[in-house]
Order: sequence, then C-alpha cells, then structure tokens
Amino acid sequence: MKHIISILIENESGALSRVAGLFSARGYNIESLTVAATEDTSLSRMTLVTSGSEEVVDQIVKQLNKLIDVVKLIDLMDCPHIERELMLVKVHTNEKTREEIKNVADIFRGKIIDVTPVSYVVEITGPSDKLDSFLAAIDAKSIVEVVRSGATGISRGEKGLHI
Amino acid sequence: MELSGAEILIQSLKDEGVEFIFGYPGGAVLHIYDALYQQEDIKHILVRHEQGATHAADGYARATGKPGVVLVTSGPGATNAVTGIATAYMDSIPMVIISGQVSLPVIGSDAFQEVDMIGITRPCVKHNYLVKDVTKLAETIKKAFYVATTGRPGPVVVDVPKDITAPHIKVPYKYPKKVSIRSYEPTVTADKGQYKKALELILAAQRPIIYSGGGVVLGNGSKQLTELTRLLGFPITNTLMGLGSFPATDKQFIGMLGMHGTYEANMAMHESDLIIAIGARFDDRVTGKLDLFCPYAKIIHFDVDPASISKTVKVDVAIVSDVVPALEQMIDLIKDSEKKPSKKALEIWWKQVEDWRSIDCLAYDRNSPLIKPQYVVEQLYEVTKGNAYVTSDVGQHQMWAAQYYHFNKPRRWINSGGLGTMGFGLPAAIGVKLAFPDSDVACITGEASIQMCIQELSTALQYKTPVKIINLNNRYMGMVRQWQEFTYECRYSHSYMDTIPEFVKLAEAYGHVGMRIEKPEDVRPALEEAFALKDRTVFLDFITDRTENVYPMIEAGKGHHDMKLRVALGTTTDRELA
Repeated sequence: MKHIISILIENESGALSRVAGLFSARGYNIESLTVAATEDTSLSRMTLVTSGSEEVVDQIVKQLNKLIDVVKLIDLMDCPHIERELMLVKVHTNEKTREEIKNVADIFRGKIIDVTPVSYVVEITGPSDKLDSFLAAIDAKSIVEVVRSGATGISRGEKGLHI
Repeated sequence: MELSGAEILIQSLKDEGVEFIFGYPGGAVLHIYDALYQQEDIKHILVRHEQGATHAADGYARATGKPGVVLVTSGPGATNAVTGIATAYMDSIPMVIISGQVSLPVIGSDAFQEVDMIGITRPCVKHNYLVKDVTKLAETIKKAFYVATTGRPGPVVVDVPKDITAPHIKVPYKYPKKVSIRSYEPTVTADKGQYKKALELILAAQRPIIYSGGGVVLGNGSKQLTELTRLLGFPITNTLMGLGSFPATDKQFIGMLGMHGTYEANMAMHESDLIIAIGARFDDRVTGKLDLFCPYAKIIHFDVDPASISKTVKVDVAIVSDVVPALEQMIDLIKDSEKKPSKKALEIWWKQVEDWRSIDCLAYDRNSPLIKPQYVVEQLYEVTKGNAYVTSDVGQHQMWAAQYYHFNKPRRWINSGGLGTMGFGLPAAIGVKLAFPDSDVACITGEASIQMCIQELSTALQYKTPVKIINLNNRYMGMVRQWQEFTYECRYSHSYMDTIPEFVKLAEAYGHVGMRIEKPEDVRPALEEAFALKDRTVFLDFITDRTENVYPMIEAGKGHHDMKLRVALGTTTDRELA
C-alpha cells in the first residue's frame, strides 16, 4: 500500500543523503521524495512516498525516527490529508489534436502554459492518481516529455506537523 | 579562555573525562597532535594501523562501559578506521572517532588524502558531524559523546578539517555542561499497561524461557536480570553478546542459543510457550529460519530501541525502555502480584529441560592424542579461575571460547558478534588491559584471525600491556573449512594457508615471549607459566586437532530443533579430511 510520510528534518547539509541512504541500505522503496525549506529556516520538510506491507512501513517509520536529524514525522495516510503533485507535460499538437488536448486539460483543470505551432506544455496539479488519469486520457504517442514534482501533502484541520 | 581549535579539541576530551586516545598521526591532524604533545592528562596510544585503534578503543569501551576515543588522519587513516567503526556500530558500542579532514576551502577538490568520511561512514555510525566552524567545535564534541553514550549506544564520527584546528585562530572556549538535541530523545519510558500485559503472560506461561542479549551488558542490567531470573525460576539462555550478564555456572543457565548454541537452549526456545527477550535483537544467527522460529511462543520484548521491536520476529508485548528501570519495574510487579507462575508447570518444564541437558551436547573426546581446542579453553578457564577478560577474533575459536569459558560476570567476554570482524581480538585485548592493568586478559584467536591485526603486537610492547594470546592453530580457517565440509562436499577452497609463520619467532621478534604447545599434557603447564609471567605478553601457539568442528550446529535454513550434534556423529579425532 502507498504511504506518504511527511518529515521535519534539521536543515543541515547531508540530511537528504541520510534519508536516501537509509532507504537504499535497507532496501526500502522510494516512489518519490521532495524536500524544501519551511517557514522555520532551521528545518527542512520532506515528503516521501513509499509502499510496502504494514510491517515494512512500520520499520521505515521507526528507522526514520532513529535518524538523529529527524525532528518529527507523520504518515499522512493515518489522518485526513490533502495530497498534491505538480506535473508539466509537453505534447505534440497538430490542427486535429489541439482542440482535443485543450478540452482534456480543461476537464482536469490543467492550464496550457506554453504554446508553439506544434506543441503545448500543460500544467496540472492534484493527487498523483489524477495526474496518472490525465496521462491515460491523452494519446500516449503525443507525449514528448513528462515532469512530475513528486507528491507533497498536508494534514487537514487545525493539527499539523510542527515543533 | 581563548584556545585554538586543536587545543579546544584536546581540552574538550579532558573535560569529558577521557583517559586514552587510540590513534595514528598524519597531515590533517598534525595541529591536534601538537596540542596533544603539550599536555599530560590524556594518554595517547599509538597503534600500528588505524583498524587497531578502533578495535582497541572498542575493547576499552566494552570492558569499562565508558566511550572509547579514536583519533585518525584524513583519507587512508579514516578509511582504515571504517571496519572498526562498523564493528562498534553492529554491537552498539559507544565510541567517538575524530577524523582529520582536508581544509574547508579544498573539500570537494580531490585534495591529497581527501575522502568523504561523512559519506563513507553514514551507514555505519549512530551519527556523524563535519565541523565547519571552530566556535561550534566544543559543542559538537559534547554532542558526539552525548549521542554515543545514550539510548542505544553507538559510534559517532566527528570529521575535523585541518583549518579548524589551526594554531593561530583562537576563540573563547567553554565546554558545555550538557547539551540537548531537539530531534533526539534517548530516554524512553514504557507504558504501565505493557508491564501488566507482560505480567499476565508470565503468570499464564507453562514453558517459559528468558532470552537475553548484549543490551543487558550495555545497559548494566546484570544485577536486575539475575534477580528477575531467580525470582521467576525460569530457564535462561544468553546470546553470544549477552554472555556474562547472567552467571554461566548458575543452574538456571542453559547455555548460549543459536547457530552454535546448546541443545538444551535451542530445544527450550523451540518448545517454549513464552519467550522473555531482554536486550536481544532476534539476529539471524539466533533465530535460524524465521518461519520455523519458536512456533508455540508468545513473546515479550524489552529493548531500548523501538526499531528493534518486531523487526524480524513479531512480538506480543513490547517494553521500550532502558533495561534497569524496566526490569526493576517488572520485578516489583511480579513481587506484588498475588498470583504466581505455576510451580507445577515449571517443575514439568524443568524436567524436560534437564532431559535435553543430559545429552551433554558439548562433550568432546578427552582422550585424543591431539590438543582439542575445547580443552585449551577449559584449561584457560581454570587457570584464570574464570576471572579473565577474554577477547576473541572470529571463527571456530570464538564459538569454543563462548561455549567453554563460563562467563560469570558481565563485560568479561569481548568479541565482535554482529559484524564478525577478524583481527578484533588482539587490539581489543590491548584496550582492555590498559583499562584493567591488574586483571588477566586473554585473546583467544586462530592462526588466520591473528594475522589480520598482528602488527599490534608492537603496540602491546610499547605500552606494556601484557596480554596472553591463545592461538588455536589448526592450520585452517576453521569455520570456513567446517562449512565447506558440511555444505560444499569437502571442497576446501582457499581455507588453508600453506605458509603460516612461526609464531614463536614472530612473538620474539616483536619483543614478547612465544611458546609452541603440541601435546595435550603440556596445555595446562604452558598456560600456568604464561599467566605467571605477569609483565610479559605471551603468544601461546597451540597446535590443535585440525579436523575439529564446532557442535552443535544449526545449518542455514533450519530451525532450532534441527541441530547437528556431535553425539550423533561419533568422535572425530584425527580423522582424515577428505
């Protein structure tokens, strides 16, 4: 099962490699990993998407907590949450397909942010499975390039991951 | 007080109460060595190879419970230390390793003797620090000791660029009395409800067993473990790392468990209906095949590390805590309980355990014309009256030491259990002897292992650390040969060296006493003579039966109840190796 683990970690050089190294050393799966500073400059926030059995994810959470630089973490799947990922897709267009791709992008609330006579760049945000659906909805042969940010997420309601 | 980085480093170690630094100088640490030269409080032990420094500091730490301290230079000095750091990490030994680094401005430029020590050691340290600001140096040292010694202990590397230690840059010095790290909370107390659940399981058990490990030694919980075990009257088995935490000569002790554990310990584990695991981590050498592990047992697990809980074997009750308060609380709860464990059930259970014990799985041929390695260890036990600190290397001799030297006290048995590092024994023995100069220290080794760090014989002379080296010389990498005999149809691929040095001459060349012992009747007198030479390091080269194997043995992929036993195979004295 997919898990989205949100981590507050000391904003120090090497923090990312400690997390990435833990996953490779113990053979855990990383589907995506995003990291950036937070409102508190001493902290970075990582969002890590992984999958595995309950036992494996339980170990992943414990091993992450064991890293000295990890301040706090939550598995977003344990609480109501919002998941978002940004995707940029470059597609070939021609007179026949321009309208159709525009329509599909509208349905997915995507924006066309670059236009040439033969291409579009479509920007879409949403939960990762929505982005998957968009890719499935357009003609695979028209796709030139796909860039995805990896999922980020936040819990709903007043409770949050902070120190 | 204004000090240079090098002076701050040394002064911080003094303020931390460090007695010994095990190290080796080089370019990146010259400022530090200059500061070391100008003081007399801390004694520096110059090893002959950085691996030796880490093992010596490790041996010191295991015997004393205090953190071992290592100082090495950048590049090859640092990489040579890695095996010892990984050794300490696998056995949760508190150590602080200070490695030199090239100056900050040239880091990343492939400078002379530059290596990414932080990157290399990341997977085998509890934590590591690169010092980038001399004003943070003292605090970083304090943090390193704090992290290394609290919670589940482990090695911490502090990588110090050369310019940080420059003599002309002086900054105010103050060693922090304590530090707190917001992301690190080592003291954990278990929920009361867990103890109650544990009590219920203990009261209901018909065939209980206590399985305790190195965590009890590290957490100084022997007294509490012994009290709990006697209070309950249950059989107890120790892991390789836990030996000595409960007296081995006590009737309740049924020996070590696992791959080379006793028949009674492994059978009792397999048939038990309750396992009380204390400071043990269900390592693969203990469990054998996981699917077959203890099929009837409920499990209570005491451990300081939450990540140890249900890592390989799912447990029923977890008590995450330091061992001493946890066992004290458990003892109180059992004492206060009106209900007690069933005496009747325990009597039946003990009868079964004694039946298993009666097969005498550690018996060996005592009439052999050849020296049996087991006999040497037994005689060592008698000559030292069971009071020696015993270090070992890795292989057959390590298992015989664990099986035949009865450790009645904790911190006396010092070996590389997790990583299984050949070359550990001699430098570790030197570290122990420095800590306890008036105690007997023996290194049980083999002719293959000893050659991995033999250069430390020179260190032993320089610092007058008269240890006794018990070399069980069977002219084979015995454990490799044993596996090749059992599982590779006797194809002895490279488990033999046909150019073994003359160890007597070698010992003498290093300034020590060498003895070669070839007959069983000479074993005891040689040991007595060696230990009577109080101020000399003695290398005892015992020429042993080269065909001897370690029994019992659970082969890979088998369960605890499926052991290879010597009794079933008959004696094997002087058989021809195919």
